Amino acid sequence: MTIQGWAMIALFAAIVIGLARPVGAWLFALYEGRRTPLHAMLGPVERGFYRLAGIDPNKEQGWRAYALHMLLFQLAALLFTYAVLRLQDVLPLNPRHLPGVGSDGAFNTAISFTTNTNWQWYSGEAAMSNLSQMLALTLHNFLSAATGIAIAFALFRGFARQKAGSIGNFWADVTRITLYLLLPICLIYALFLIASGVPQTFAASIDAMTLEGAKQTIALGPVAGQEAIKMLGTNGGGFFNANSAHPFENPTALTDFVEIVSILAIGSGLTWCFAKAVGNTKQGWAILAAMMTLLIAGIAVTYWQEAAGNPILHHLGVPGGNMEGKEVRFGIAASALFSVVTTAASCGAVNAMHDSFTALGGMIPLFNIQLGEIVIGGVGAGIYGFLLFAILAVFVAGLMVGRTPEYVGKKIESREVKLAVLAIAVLPLCILGFSALAAVLPAGLAGPLNKGPHGFSEILYAFSSATGNNGSAFAGLSAGTPFYNGLLGAAMWIGRFFMIVPILAIAGSLAAKKYTPETAGSFPTTGLLWVGLLIGIILIFGGLTFLPSLALGPIADHLAMIHGQTF
Amino acid sequence: MSTTSTSIFSAELVGPAIEQSFRKLDPRELIRNPVLFVTAVVALLLTILLALGGEGLSVGFQVQLVIWLWLTVLFGTFAEALAEGRGRAQASSLRAAKGDLTAKLVLPKDAGCEIVPAAKLQRGQVVLVETGDLIPADGEVVEGVASVNEAAITGESAPVIREAGGDRSAVTAGTRVISDAIKVRVTQEPGQGFLDRMIALVEGAERQKTPNEIALTILLVGLTIIFLIAVATIPSFAAYAHGSIPVSELAALLITLIPTTIAALLSAIGIAGMDRLVRFNVLAKSGRAVEAAGDVDVLLLDKTGTITIGDRHASEFRPLRGVGLDDLAEAALLASLADETPEGRSIVVLAQRDHAIETRALPEGAEIIPFTAQTRISGVRLEEALIQKGAVDAVLRANPTAAETAAATELRRITDEIARAGMTPLAVAKDGKLLGVIALKDVIKAGVRERFAELRRMGIRTVMITGDNPLTAASIAAEAGVDDFLAEATPEDKLALIRSEQQGGKLVAMCGDGTNDAPALAQADVGVAMNTGTQAAREAGNMVDLDSDPTKLIEVVGLGKQLLMTRGALTTFSVANDVAKYFAIIPAMFVTLYPGLGVLNIMGLASPRSAILSAIIFNALVIPCLVPLALKGVRYKPMGAGQLLARNLSIYGLGGLVAPFIGIKAIDLAVSALHLA
Repeated sequence: MTIQGWAMIALFAAIVIGLARPVGAWLFALYEGRRTPLHAMLGPVERGFYRLAGIDPNKEQGWRAYALHMLLFQLAALLFTYAVLRLQDVLPLNPRHLPGVGSDGAFNTAISFTTNTNWQWYSGEAAMSNLSQMLALTLHNFLSAATGIAIAFALFRGFARQKAGSIGNFWADVTRITLYLLLPICLIYALFLIASGVPQTFAASIDAMTLEGAKQTIALGPVAGQEAIKMLGTNGGGFFNANSAHPFENPTALTDFVEIVSILAIGSGLTWCFAKAVGNTKQGWAILAAMMTLLIAGIAVTYWQEAAGNPILHHLGVPGGNMEGKEVRFGIAASALFSVVTTAASCGAVNAMHDSFTALGGMIPLFNIQLGEIVIGGVGAGIYGFLLFAILAVFVAGLMVGRTPEYVGKKIESREVKLAVLAIAVLPLCILGFSALAAVLPAGLAGPLNKGPHGFSEILYAFSSATGNNGSAFAGLSAGTPFYNGLLGAAMWIGRFFMIVPILAIAGSLAAKKYTPETAGSFPTTGLLWVGLLIGIILIFGGLTFLPSLALGPIADHLAMIHGQTF
Repeated sequence: MSTTSTSIFSAELVGPAIEQSFRKLDPRELIRNPVLFVTAVVALLLTILLALGGEGLSVGFQVQLVIWLWLTVLFGTFAEALAEGRGRAQASSLRAAKGDLTAKLVLPKDAGCEIVPAAKLQRGQVVLVETGDLIPADGEVVEGVASVNEAAITGESAPVIREAGGDRSAVTAGTRVISDAIKVRVTQEPGQGFLDRMIALVEGAERQKTPNEIALTILLVGLTIIFLIAVATIPSFAAYAHGSIPVSELAALLITLIPTTIAALLSAIGIAGMDRLVRFNVLAKSGRAVEAAGDVDVLLLDKTGTITIGDRHASEFRPLRGVGLDDLAEAALLASLADETPEGRSIVVLAQRDHAIETRALPEGAEIIPFTAQTRISGVRLEEALIQKGAVDAVLRANPTAAETAAATELRRITDEIARAGMTPLAVAKDGKLLGVIALKDVIKAGVRERFAELRRMGIRTVMITGDNPLTAASIAAEAGVDDFLAEATPEDKLALIRSEQQGGKLVAMCGDGTNDAPALAQADVGVAMNTGTQAAREAGNMVDLDSDPTKLIEVVGLGKQLLMTRGALTTFSVANDVAKYFAIIPAMFVTLYPGLGVLNIMGLASPRSAILSAIIFNALVIPCLVPLALKGVRYKPMGAGQLLARNLSIYGLGGLVAPFIGIKAIDLAVSALHLA
């Protein structure tokens, strides 16, 4: 580990914390449906969309209507994407003359992008036409991100409103978030990337002459536009297979740093937005403090492990940290930082191959995903997942102050507990349940590249990534088979919507409750004690659920490594 | 607190509880506790596996596992049975009072009485109760006055007066008439009397899960499902590593992880909470009411009896200009001779002792004007004059002509002076002419100021309810240290105050006794009715205080909080325990697959089998160890929520993390020393 490495991490943390307030204030304006400076220009566009679709943005929806409209919208977008992928060979903008995507592959990819997962079983440049990338995939990068934030808004309204029957209007939320938040930032972001050397072109490829005098064909395409929303919307699906390790996706040290920061920008802002919504900014800082603590701890472990390197290689006379699978341009610190951040959020973009990390260095990204990606987390998904744990923490420990548990003025009763448990149980069900299937069925066993515990980690990572809608891969797993495409597709769908629907139900249930004013007798949900309690509950819940699987995967892998055992 | 301190594990309670704990294994009853039900199913499964053989483990080890699993279930049912037993012991003293009552049913058309068993009495029937008789059913006195000994339910041997009409008409089954005779109309359905319901509640027979208990049970079921998934997927993960895990070990892991501890103690905590109230001579009509008591934000406290020593004393007569002091004293005396309240008597005493007024009795033909809550005036109509005494504004309202005079202005000035000094002014008028003011002095109880400061730290606001005028109320409120006051309070004002507090999301507790309190008692989230109160008040409240002591409201809140805290503390303890159990079982289970995982055995347990056995023994034994805590409740001291959380989190959170590491290690040492595994 180096001073420079830690300095970069410290600067990164400071910027993420610093972004909470400005981004949060912007989000809060959208949450409330207030005018922003951009309304002068984009207001007519917004109203045009509503008129076109025949939607009244002021018509409030109850949680059932909100959920139903959201689901129908996702389903329609899913079918559209499936059709584009299947038919890309006959559709325009296919300069590399790629064939249509197979049925299981298209099924998997359509779900993957709809659910903000961006799990990619394929190499982007070798399987997707420009139209598929721009229309089918980038479209979802925006819409899935906007949907996540909209769900978070709906949950915030549940906490903020009292005796209300509605939690907002799904269409208005998604339109406003896309139009006033995601598109403007991405426009500037993409221009910055283009200026840094990221291509944005319809040309298929460029020919280069290497030093050895060989001719090399390098794929090109409309990369910058997709790259911006890929990071900002915590989607993570790269234009190229190498994702952000590819020089055309991530050309400089500066773009690398900006890409990492942009993963967490909106998530950080949402903590502030939540706090404003419930009228107490301390609530937001408490949440952000708990998140940052977990984040920095994770970064520290991965950085430490990667910098320490592999003792087996040390014995073979290869000293130093673990550089396998890392971009030489970025080095260990930036790779460790990127990997922990991309899994803390549900991004899944990578600038290094997680499969090649040391066992414990790679366990942190895996554990981050298994916790539900709530450490700042994916746009919207991070905060609503985190609030589930806050509800549980309040319920378990809140009784200890001698009152019915309350969180930000709302009593937590059996309905909320039931729904929160239901939503959280999705994680072990899909991650452990599907991994268990893959670990015994021949079709599953055909997947992993490595033997021993590392192979198991590869399976576990794949299902964790799919269920958590992360999309990063431990690589090493040949997932492009009908078995994995189907099962991972199911995991992504369940992991996204079997969580969102209970959350909307919680929002509806909370909105209908009256507000209990805070007194000296109320359970304190600000301050260090609460931050510590939150961290404890998250680690105990997550740890207890996933420790057996981690013990048989990365931990066994690590112990084998330090004992010099190979498989 | 009048606690009859029986030891928790006394022989006469433990014996029946052990028998009950086996009866409770009935699956139909056990399913009410899902976590214990799962434990029992797993225990049964292992018992069958043991009988079939072929697990590849030593029989001795398996037998021990099976025994400890069954013991886990039995400890759970035992905890509940013990709590119920304690409740029943409490109830049996109440039931003894009831005995085999008979009733003298009044027959229609003056046909005399018929002796019938009390259990056959129907609602609406009228019974005669004479000196020495036990009152056979709850009811309302419709005729006569009697003194009644209610010691059977209150423990207080001083008799109380019960009479037809007014606020003292309710009588309770099982109490004894010690003088005179009354006719009582039965107000209960057979078997549904006050005492019947109390006994059923205390015994736990009619116990329903409270909202918070239901929510907690859901959480426990959720945790059980999550751990079921975590454990059920292990065999397939092990198969990937080319190994297999014996079913017994998986079962042991599952049972140690699911929250058996809190699940086993949950209903015992609830029953014990109700029981603590009963020992405190307060009967809650539902567990929900006890929980609500913990959530209370606002306490409405009647000034008299709670904040001040019951009675005010007349301390001074203040005549208006032109009125002789003795004239005022005599008028006040005449108006008060029929007033049996302590205030009225103190006026008589002051007039006779300090002003040497000789009048001892009302003259012939005097007509007494009784006090009503609406007029707030009492007095006497003599042949030659009408004398009125009452609240200043009420007297002025009753004499509109006098209210316009200069005398009224002077009266108001004097009134304000008295009020500002924290005394209560009573105006006296004779034939519409204002005479002057009687000053009544309040004495604030010792220590109430500290109590209210304590409540404030707990986040509870206190509101003093008084019929006094605003100035007097403000002065007393400031002296007593309450947060707010409601002066010149009518029952309607009280109801309105409760509604407005509730509108703002607050939970309100109050106590009351009169029929006119009934709407407010019903509206309040916690309404404690005084047992001396009317039947209507007792029906409207959700708790009844047998001692009729309004101060108890504060303790009731404390007991509610203690109940919730006990539940939270044991839940936290139970969940925190899991960490250590993992460190015992995971390395033991996986060490055959990857020997390197032995490093996770940070407790240095002797062998994999000993580790598993020690964890399961700890998991079982912790239940009876915590039974006393569950039944007595965690120690509760009034303090702010932040302090409470810090304190309880360090005891039950950190303690829950650390204790099992020590406990399991100790058991492991014993297990390996005894060669049990």
